[in-house]
Formats: sequence, structure tokens, C-alpha cells
Amino acid sequence: MKIIAKEQLAENLIKFVIESPNIAAKALPGQFIVLMVNETGERIPLTIVDNDKKNGTITIIFQAVGFTTTILGKLEVGDCLFSLVGPLGRPTSVGNYGQVILIGGGVGIAELLPVVRALKRAGCVVTTILGGRTADLVILSEEIKEFSNITFITTNDGSLGEKGLVTDTLKRLLGKNNDYGLVFCVGPVPMMKAVSEVTKPFGTKTLVCLNSIMIDGTGMCGCCRVTVDNQTKFACVDGPDFDGHLVDFEELMTRQKRFVEQEECGLCKLDESIKGVTE
Amino acid sequence: MSQLKVLQNNMAKPESKQVLMREQNPQVRIKNFKEVSLGYCEEEAIKEAKRCIQCKNPLCRKGCPVAIDIPGFIGFIAEGDFKSAIKKMKETNALPAVCGRVCPQEEQCQKVCVLSKLGDPVAIGRLERFIADWEAKQNQPEKIFKVAKSGKQVAIVGGGPAGLTAAGELAKIGHRVKIFEALHKIGGVLVYGIPEFRLPKTILDREVAYIQSLGVEIETSFVVGRTRTIDELLTEFDALFVGTGAGLPWFMGIEGENHNGVYSANEYLTRVNLMKAYRFPEYDTPVPKGENVAVIGGGNVAMDSVRTALRLGAKKAMVIYRRSLLEMPARQEEVEHAQQEGVIFETLTLPLKYYGDEKGQLKQIECLRMELGQPDSSGRRRPIPIAGSNFMIAADVVVVAIGNSPNPLIAATTPDIKIGKKGNILIDIETGKTSKVGVFAGGDIVSGADTVISAMGAGKKSALAIDDYLRTGFW
Repeated sequence: MKIIAKEQLAENLIKFVIESPNIAAKALPGQFIVLMVNETGERIPLTIVDNDKKNGTITIIFQAVGFTTTILGKLEVGDCLFSLVGPLGRPTSVGNYGQVILIGGGVGIAELLPVVRALKRAGCVVTTILGGRTADLVILSEEIKEFSNITFITTNDGSLGEKGLVTDTLKRLLGKNNDYGLVFCVGPVPMMKAVSEVTKPFGTKTLVCLNSIMIDGTGMCGCCRVTVDNQTKFACVDGPDFDGHLVDFEELMTRQKRFVEQEECGLCKLDESIKGVTE
Repeated sequence: MSQLKVLQNNMAKPESKQVLMREQNPQVRIKNFKEVSLGYCEEEAIKEAKRCIQCKNPLCRKGCPVAIDIPGFIGFIAEGDFKSAIKKMKETNALPAVCGRVCPQEEQCQKVCVLSKLGDPVAIGRLERFIADWEAKQNQPEKIFKVAKSGKQVAIVGGGPAGLTAAGELAKIGHRVKIFEALHKIGGVLVYGIPEFRLPKTILDREVAYIQSLGVEIETSFVVGRTRTIDELLTEFDALFVGTGAGLPWFMGIEGENHNGVYSANEYLTRVNLMKAYRFPEYDTPVPKGENVAVIGGGNVAMDSVRTALRLGAKKAMVIYRRSLLEMPARQEEVEHAQQEGVIFETLTLPLKYYGDEKGQLKQIECLRMELGQPDSSGRRRPIPIAGSNFMIAADVVVVAIGNSPNPLIAATTPDIKIGKKGNILIDIETGKTSKVGVFAGGDIVSGADTVISAMGAGKKSALAIDDYLRTGFW
């Protein structure tokens, strides 16, 4: 549970390599961990971006924007997490789908990396589309390109790649050639929703990786429930990957806002304590 | 002569009433999470213990899932020999402070107490609790006698009541035992489900420390099925006991159930108990306070949830239950405590639909009134909807406490363990043996939602069978 490497990839985007031989030995693409920063902390799920069986380490990349990710981001090399459990969730279904389009947005690009690697190794012809608000936030593009046949980058401000959204590129690709065996997307919920809407008329199999709020992450509490094909599913044990054409994204977006007020209260508290230290 | 006759002829008839246990005043206790019941003092315990007539053929012992020598330990209390009383208790029960608090004694040992024919049964649960708490106050943990090591190793999957009991029993007879717990804290439902005001967590910590003092190792944050599979553990351990307990919560499947504000009891209680959300923002995990909180269901989990809501500051906390108070499965003591605390019981009421505002926040529940018809397969009178009786209840938080299915992980990752239609692990009822050689199971993963003591009983039964298997090698 000791942090053995820390790297700031962009503003608020932090990479940790964490010692955890148990999890490193078993982690598969698409799986996640649940961690606690300290004894009074929350349990939060984060995708396993990489695992090194030989050295017994796992890599996580997160955006320090919420309360818990902010205090997580303040940990340094040598610090230990209070708790770490995994690997959780069903692994991404890896196989040779022929031509695939794999899409990552923001910190979702990090979460996309293990899937890109696995599908490429499984023989897929991989097209990747990476999207970010601005150039700095398009992380890991070199690592992604290494396992892609072709990579497109889009930014909202045009500072890197094409100006626009990942869905603009996706539409263009599907319009040219409707022979893709899979579209996979991980990123902000509105982006996964938009991608699923684009692929639906083409009938392309589309998987999205959901980041529901969780507590135990092992199929006990029911916090992460999501409606898929009009049925209640649990992201922690039935997912996190689901058929994007069947997910009720509106409901998911509403449910993600359940604790916004308390989150703000926590962040204010954090600001005050930081002020307290500096004053 | 029957025990009752002996009793009737006895010159010094026992008092017909139990010695009452002191409790926090309801108006005070709904503002805190401290324990409601305060326990007996030594004089009260001795007085109550003297009510026991020491039956030659004690029915109470047969009513106990772990067969505690009830007249034995009560006899020592009556003599004021508390040290011998706790020793007697621990011969059969490793978690007395927990059992004394959460067992439904009125359905088990006390139900068959011969005194109940003339008045109140002996307050066995209160005495059990007293003797466990007395030991804790001495601050001198019982000396553990070393036993010869068997050289065999047993893995326990899940650190709830079934697993802790099995672990304690197996360690006592010399096996090396290791518990694998998925959460960051051991205890299962005792830590995530049962609230502080009914079972203070310091008491659980003490009982876990006792189990550890017997030599049991504990590894938390280890999910069997994911971190390691059952098959992988079987290469390291000679036998396995699976006590993974409750799984995914059930919902009614009615419209609007995923509105913000609708929680499963598992989530609501886990936030409050395991993650200590009642101390937010000192602890980081939030929980909705709720002005009007409605809990759906009539079991002990529903009572725990609704009483938690009151303590979190709800102006109105209610239980919505489709049958009447008479059919309610919760312990009578819990229902009484809830009533004293001001919980409103909307009985003979069925939720139909949840209504939210434009932000998806729950506002109202549409309900239907019910009436009772003929008894159903459970023997309770079947609730029948009264057509056209629809009405609305205002609620900003709903807690659905209608049960759960067994945890799916082991079944999903161990294809050769046979499971039933509901996802429960199938076992040989006498031994806890599953369809897989070397693997035993017990508790809620087998029975579906049941009591703490039944899980402990199952853990104990399996421990004996595991010992037998380890010694003989015969499956």
C-alpha cells in the first residue's frame, strides 16, 4: 500500500505507482481498486491503469478535483494508503473484434490505456480517439499511440489535434466505413452518452466504462446501481463495462450528483485547513 | 414430577417479573448514537440470576443455536462467581457481548424457559450481556491455554458472525486459522449493519481481539473470488469455510426507485456504521439527513434504519409495512424501542411509485392501503390491496429494507460450488459441506437473510465438521 512513485501528468492529473503484490498478480484490463486515504476517509473506486507482476506494483491515475482525490493527491512517495482492495469488477471482454475504435476523454484516457493494449495484443486493428479540453490534458498519447494503428486527438480549444469533440471524429470514421466490431469509450458521462448516441444508428457494438459512486465495491451495498436495459444493475459486480445503447445515462448523471453539497462542504473545509497551515 | 410441578410446589417461588434493564431516556437517546440499553449492575444480575430454577433438563439450552450451558453460567452469576460464569459461557460462545445484545432470545432460549408459564422467562440475554461486560471491566483478558498444533490450516472467507465463530472454534482445537475479509474492517454485518446504539463498536473490537488472542490471523481488504479464488486458496489451505453473507440488496422494482434519495438499507447503514457518516464532516463519507424519512420493510434492518434516521435528525421517521404490526418480523423489543422514540408506523401500506422533482430528488411516495386476508405460505395473513385507496406520503429519503440476495462473487468465480435458485450456496445441512471437496459454507450465504446467532450456529457446526474432515481426511 506504499506509494513508490508519483508523477504530475498535468494540472490536477496525478499518477501513483503503488506497492500491492496481491492486486498486481491478478489485475486484468478494465478492473478497478477501492482505496481509503486515511482512517476517516471515504472509499473511492479508481481504475487500475497498469500492473507490474514482477515488481508487485499497480498504477493509478486520477484527477484531483473532488474532496478525496484532492487529499489523495497530497500524498507523497513513501506514504501508505489506509486501505486498498482489488482487483474488483468484471474485466473488459478482450478478444479479436476486428476493427475497433477506442475513445478516451480527460482522465478516461488513462483508464483507456490497458484496454488499448489488451485489444491490440488480441489482434484488433485499433483506432484511438483521445479528447481533452486543452492540449495539456491529453495525457499518455505516446503510450496510446504505441498500441494503436491510428490515433486521433481532439481538443475543445484546438490547442492540439483537431478542434472539436471526440464525437466529431467518430461520426466521420463511422460515416466512411461501417465495419467496426466494437466502439469502447471511457470518460465523462456526457461524453459516453454522446458516443453511444452516435454509434446507435450505425448499430455498432458499443461498450462504456461507468464510474458510479461506490462504497464496498464487492456487491453488498447497492450504491452503484444503474439502469441498463430497464433493469437495475450494479456497476461493481455486473460492470463496470456496459452496453452503451442500453444505459440510462440521464439517470446516471443525476445519481452522480447525489452528494455534491457535501462534497463542496468537504472542499471548503480543506481550503480552510490549507489556509490555516499557510497563515 | 415435571419441572413445572416442582416449580409450583417450590416454597420460595421466583419473582414473576424480570429485573428491568435500565435504558437511556427516549427523548435523550434519539439525539445521540450511544447504546440504548445500559445493562444490569452486579446486584441486578444476581437478583435476576436467582430467578432461574436450574432445571434438570434445561429446555433453554436446546433453544440456543450454539447450545450455551445457560443454567450453568446463570448458576455462577447467582452465586456471585462471575469469573466462573464467563468461563462457562466461553466454553460454547466466543462472542457473548454481541449475542447478549443482538440475539432474539425471546424466540429462542427464553421462549422455552419454564418460568414463562408463570410469568416472565429468565432474562437470559441480559445476563449473557452482563457477564461479558463484567469481564471487559476487569481488564484482565482470560488466559488462553496453549493447545497442541494440528499442523492443519483453514481459511475462513468472510469475517462476519459465521466466520468469526468458525475461526474461534477451529483455533481452540489447534488448527491454524486465517480469516480473509473483503472490507477494511472485520465484523461483517456487526460492523457495517448493526448500529452503534444497539452494538457499540468497541464491544465488537473486544470480541475480535479475543478471537485473535486464540491465534486467529486476519487479513482485511482481501476479496476472495477476486484477490484470490477459492481454488487458489485450496492450494495453500487444507480446508475452507465460506461465510460471505449478504449480497446485493433487493428493490421492489417500482417506478422511480433510482431517484436520488432512495437508498438500500445496506448502503444507508454502511455509510452510517462502517464509514461513520453520522460523524460527517469529521469523517468524510456523507449520508443524507432527510426531513421525512420512510423505511420500507418490517424486519430488524428496517428498525435499525428508521432509528438511525431519527438520530441523524429526521423530523419525521416512519416505517412503511404492508402487513400489520402483528405480522412484523422485527424483534418486539426493537419495535417497542422505535415506538418509544417516536417512529411512525404506516402499516398495511404498500409503496407503488416514487415521485421526484426536476432534479431527480425524491419528494413523494404514492402508496396503497392493504387489508389482511387468509394466511399465506409463511403462516402470516396475506396483505390484499384495497382498490382506489391510493394516497401520497411526503418523503425526501427512502430506505428500502426488504432483504438481499446472497453475495454473488464466490458463485461466479467457483463453478464447481453448487448454488440454489436464489444464488445461495447449497450445503449438507449437518456438516456445512458444499459440493466442492474441502469447502464448507454457512450463514446468510447459505440461508439467505437470517439472524446473527443462526450464522454463528452454522459457523460452529461447520467447525466441528471441518475438524473431523481434517483429522480423518474423509469427505
